[in-house]
Amino acid sequence: MALVLNEEQHLLKSSAEAFFRERAPVTALRALRDTADPTGFSRDLWREMAAMGWAGTFLPEEYGGIGCGYTELGVVMQAAGRTLAASPLFATVALGASAVLLAGSAEQKERLLPAVAAGETLLTVALQEGPHHRPERVATSAVANGEGYMLSGAKTYVPDGHVADVIVVVARTAGAGDEESATSGEGAGDSAGTAGLSLFLVDREAAGVMIERRSMADSRNMAEVRLDGATGELLGTAGEAWPVIDTVIDRANAVLAAEMLGSAQAAFERTMEYLKTREQFGALIGTFQALQHRAAQMFCEIELSKSVVLKALEAIDADAPDAALCASLAKVQVSDMLRLVSDEAIQMHGGIGMTDEEDVGLYLKRARVAQQMLGDENCHLDRYARLRGY
Amino acid sequence: MDELEQFRQETRAWLEANCPASMRVPMKTEDEVCWGGRHFEFSSDDQRLWLQRMGEKGWTVPDWPVQYGGGGLDRKRVKILHEEMRNLGCRSPLSSLGILLLAPAMLKYASEEQKLEHLPKIARGEIRWCQGYSEPGSGSDLASLSTSAVDMGDHYLVNGAKIWTSYGDKADWIFCLVRTDPDAPKHEGISFLLFDMESEGVSTAPIRLISGASPFCQTFFDNVKVPKANLVGELNKGWTIAKHLLQHERSSAASLGATAPGSRKQSLQEMAVDAIGMKDGKLDDPIFRQKLARFHVREQAFTLTMQRVGDEMKAGADPGPASSLLKYYGSETNKERRELMIAAGGLDALGWEGEEFEEGRLARSWLRSKANSIEGGTSEIQLNIIAKRVLGLPQAD
Ligand SMILES: Cc1cc2nc3c(=O)[nH]c(=O)nc-3n(C[C@H](O)[C@H](O)[C@H](O)COP(=O)(O)OP(=O)(O)OC[C@H]3O[C@@H](n4cnc5c(N)ncnc54)[C@H](O)[C@@H]3O)c2cc1C
Repeated sequence: MALVLNEEQHLLKSSAEAFFRERAPVTALRALRDTADPTGFSRDLWREMAAMGWAGTFLPEEYGGIGCGYTELGVVMQAAGRTLAASPLFATVALGASAVLLAGSAEQKERLLPAVAAGETLLTVALQEGPHHRPERVATSAVANGEGYMLSGAKTYVPDGHVADVIVVVARTAGAGDEESATSGEGAGDSAGTAGLSLFLVDREAAGVMIERRSMADSRNMAEVRLDGATGELLGTAGEAWPVIDTVIDRANAVLAAEMLGSAQAAFERTMEYLKTREQFGALIGTFQALQHRAAQMFCEIELSKSVVLKALEAIDADAPDAALCASLAKVQVSDMLRLVSDEAIQMHGGIGMTDEEDVGLYLKRARVAQQMLGDENCHLDRYARLRGY
Repeated sequence: MDELEQFRQETRAWLEANCPASMRVPMKTEDEVCWGGRHFEFSSDDQRLWLQRMGEKGWTVPDWPVQYGGGGLDRKRVKILHEEMRNLGCRSPLSSLGILLLAPAMLKYASEEQKLEHLPKIARGEIRWCQGYSEPGSGSDLASLSTSAVDMGDHYLVNGAKIWTSYGDKADWIFCLVRTDPDAPKHEGISFLLFDMESEGVSTAPIRLISGASPFCQTFFDNVKVPKANLVGELNKGWTIAKHLLQHERSSAASLGATAPGSRKQSLQEMAVDAIGMKDGKLDDPIFRQKLARFHVREQAFTLTMQRVGDEMKAGADPGPASSLLKYYGSETNKERRELMIAAGGLDALGWEGEEFEEGRLARSWLRSKANSIEGGTSEIQLNIIAKRVLGLPQAD
């Protein structure tokens, strides 16, 4: 498969870029932050995005989607990343809809996905239980209770957790808890920790569900979700959810990497503009070779990142056997690149870069949160080595 | 059966019948590379035969037009030929600076007569070429070169010295940048000349490298007479040709950084597993493992970028901006790979002579790799080009 966007994807790219530039520029994120907006994104904007089909990019037409793929979702996310646009694209679509599409019964898909594609229902996946991405360390338990299950435990850093209508919760129906997986090595896909995991649909209004929003450096949306005997509806096969969880994480990471790439491009372009306008020592600072070479190196890392992101997205759409490898490859390369670009954006702006008024600080804050979500570069470097057999 | 499949079968049959068995095993040393040329000493009859057969078929340069000694194959058929050669393990019949560097520039800028004169001899490996660009005083600042060519009516008289001329002592002909107008601005007084290294007044002195090899020379020109017909392109317009050629040189240098598909050489990963060992499914050296993984990420990201740039060019994009990026990243990646091979092998990898060290194969290749970021334009120069031409950053006056 060629590593280039086709004609329709190019069109989508330019219309998505224009859309976010006009409808959700960086000032929109500032407004959400400064007014302490309780939703954390604009529901009007989300309805418009859904009307353009973006909430259902990879969903089949029978579920109200437009039957495209993750490549298209990545193209839109990359455009959103450019302006740091907040929207449910990540939590509802990349995470939630992926999980329901992969694991749901026909009835569950019928019930949830058309409403997602229409922009009416918001989803998320509650995975993590601590400050780091350790997907196999799950202490939240699910006990069979007649028709359904009763869930108890605490989930941390659930993206859009405070607004999601339905939360896909990872819980343990059997197998080792956190103690055992903690000693059996990190993230080993076949460790005791991954057996016995299940997915559940939990209604945000259900009894025993307590949700508290968490305020983060990037002014985006995270929440703590506590479950105290809350009712959960099984999604997929009990005890055998790991392959689905693993795949959902890969898909969401590829999409997240696309967003990160878009942010990096915007921060880089902004910084290049500054090098062409700021004068010191009677010269434009862009004439200094020390800065030129660092700029050129950033350019190279961004070019490499474009390739790995496109590859990771195409690998998902082609159902390629190396899709997992490509997802971790993309997360490492893009995280390394974004760390460099976001740091240099501040440094090359000098004192101005440290002010709240200048946007590069917002890009830095989003960069680190996005890097941490679903595993930072260290986590994925380890996984990449493991997948390559060493 | 479709035409391409038929071509594949015929190609396979032809290769099986014509590629000698000894040309189907990986080369052990650099000495087994076939460079061709008037005075080339073939390492075996099979090597000679293989070059001759491929040359007759035009398959040393399968994509060139037939009248210039090529195979006249389209892109799909070239790909099939290369795949079939790889499947059978066929060695490349000919390595040649003529093919790699000179020919792309000739195809674009030379006269029909010049093409018919020189290209078929390159294709058949009869004439070996060297590159006369760098001078003792002009390396990165190549356009400051001072080797002169003076118009003597029926010929040019060339005087001066070149340096770092790869295989200058073994080459038959040189493509050479010379100053033909000393009064013009530096880029506008340069011409592109071709001449025979056996001409009177040409001499070479080999230079020994840190790897122990002496693959390149100082080259001196003392009143060398060059026929006027050997000027390529217009007088004083040689810099355009020089740059075009450098772009090709950079792109081919870049491929060093990528993983070659279906390569039979032992990979860095296999070497590391052998030398360091595994424990609980992981390399038994956590810090090396981390370095290796990060290297692999960069190598794969780079390989995908080569592919993406290639795909974009097929879709009509301009290769210009990418060539410096690829040269810079590819050469730095290859240097990193060689460093990791030394680290994985430990002192075994630093052995210099003797069969137990394969005559220092790893150490010498590691040392050779240091030149990757110098030859064909240094890494710093590539970064300058990106800053100026791609990012449009302002230039100091
Ligand atoms: C193995 C090998 C094979 C070669 N083969 C050939 C050949 O066949 N034919 C041929 O003509 N040449 C050949 N060369 C020469 C090669 O092209 C030159 O070595 C190269 O262009 C650098 O020039 P220099 O050695 O004079 O270094 P210099 O230009 O003196 O550079 C010294 C250092 O200064 C840095 N520098 C220079 N200018 C700048 C600047 N503007 N900004 C920042 N840094 C700068 C360089 O990057 C480098 O680090 C070969 C070289 C090698 C190593």
